Amino acid sequence: MIRINFQQKLDELRERLLVMAGLVEQAIQRSIEAYEERDPRLCDLVTMSEPAIDRMEREIDHLALDLLAMEQPTAVDLRFILAVIRINADLERVGDMAVNIVKRVRELQSIPEADLPVDIPKLAELASNMVRTALQAFINRDETVANAVLEMDDEVDQMNHEAFHTLGELIKGHPELTHQALNALVISRNLERVGDHATNIAEDVIFWLSGADVRHHILSQITDLTAENQQ
Amino acid sequence: MGLAIRVENLNAWYGQTHTLRDVSLNIPANHATALIGPSGCGKSTFVRCLNRMHETNPTARVEGSVIMGETDIYKDASPVEIRRRVGMVFQRPNPFPTMSIYDNVASGLKLNGFSKRSVLDEVVERSLKQAALWDEVKDDLKKKSGASLSGGQQQRMCIARALAVDPEVLLMDEPASALDPVSTSKIEDLIFQLKDQYTIVIVTHNMQQAARVAENTGFFLSGKLVEFDKTHKIFTNPTDKRTEDYITGRFG
Repeated sequence: MIRINFQQKLDELRERLLVMAGLVEQAIQRSIEAYEERDPRLCDLVTMSEPAIDRMEREIDHLALDLLAMEQPTAVDLRFILAVIRINADLERVGDMAVNIVKRVRELQSIPEADLPVDIPKLAELASNMVRTALQAFINRDETVANAVLEMDDEVDQMNHEAFHTLGELIKGHPELTHQALNALVISRNLERVGDHATNIAEDVIFWLSGADVRHHILSQITDLTAENQQ
Repeated sequence: MGLAIRVENLNAWYGQTHTLRDVSLNIPANHATALIGPSGCGKSTFVRCLNRMHETNPTARVEGSVIMGETDIYKDASPVEIRRRVGMVFQRPNPFPTMSIYDNVASGLKLNGFSKRSVLDEVVERSLKQAALWDEVKDDLKKKSGASLSGGQQQRMCIARALAVDPEVLLMDEPASALDPVSTSKIEDLIFQLKDQYTIVIVTHNMQQAARVAENTGFFLSGKLVEFDKTHKIFTNPTDKRTEDYITGRFG
């Protein structure tokens, strides 16, 4: 009674999510390059990718809904479909973050450039690396890699926290740079949220693979659960 | 949560065929327990051992113990007593075709020596109400034969007949597999209501049915109980790979 048709549909769901992930990764990467290069062409590409990402999100949701309704999936299949639905929503949000970033980049293009005390490229690299790693965990069905993503989030949070303070100080000392500082702050905040979505994706991969719900847990509890699952 | 039945190292044979192998299982009282598994896995044999029906086959043999309350059903009680305490409902409704609805429901009581009309009336009404059939048949109790009812109604009449002798446990072997979806959902609703008073063990090929009605589920394969756990655990994150392969349809 191997359900070949059902398994093929699950494969299709996975393939579509990977296409979605590719679009979103490209959008976030382009938004970062757009910031670094102050490149309006890249800003346009990111903005134009949004409808495609949104369409893909709807398609994946419809396919997942059909599978839930028609196939009554259980166990690992049920967890997989639930994880795909959640990851899909997180990816779409990361796409929105990319659009938010290029909006700020466009503003920055229209005002004089300033030397800001925040390393946006480094923060961007950390956040996009979290997304990449979370997706790698999904592709390779690797719980250990997914757990590594959860640990990476602290550094991104810390950098965003520091940016809030240093840019706040900058505004106090140099009110003429307020516009630049606020745009950088919004970008920093968006990158921090990209990290949060990557964390969600990693948590969903862990749920799919082991059934463990590690959301909103502190790291030590996550480690305990993973150790239990590996025993 | 009290225990209704404790099964220890149960083995069963048909002739030389060893159909149940070392099954140990605690069935909680006032809950529904579902048994799932592919055809020939031993789940029906297992329930037939719970009311000593297995031994009605001349080549059949049972070893191990089945303990209901304080009673070891193979040592301390007769098959007749056990079948009163453990009712059974089968895949296909099996009304006594020449009997009226009333006589069908009362038949178990009469066999057990009850003949007082007022007692029989009361028990027939109570049992048909418990089986959610009373309103549909109350005007035709003695006019219509049991066999004239629809399949779903017949099955509920058979449930009423099983309940009439006031059993502790109700065994249901594929009770809804021959019924349409509406009748099936009536039987499932009934299982929900009956759980308060009875312990229910249901064998089903319909896994969604197990998921809907039972608190606990056991998965049988090749005569062995592979996994027994909370139904929610079995259907979301089973421990054994074989259980997962079966319920996700990777089995074959």
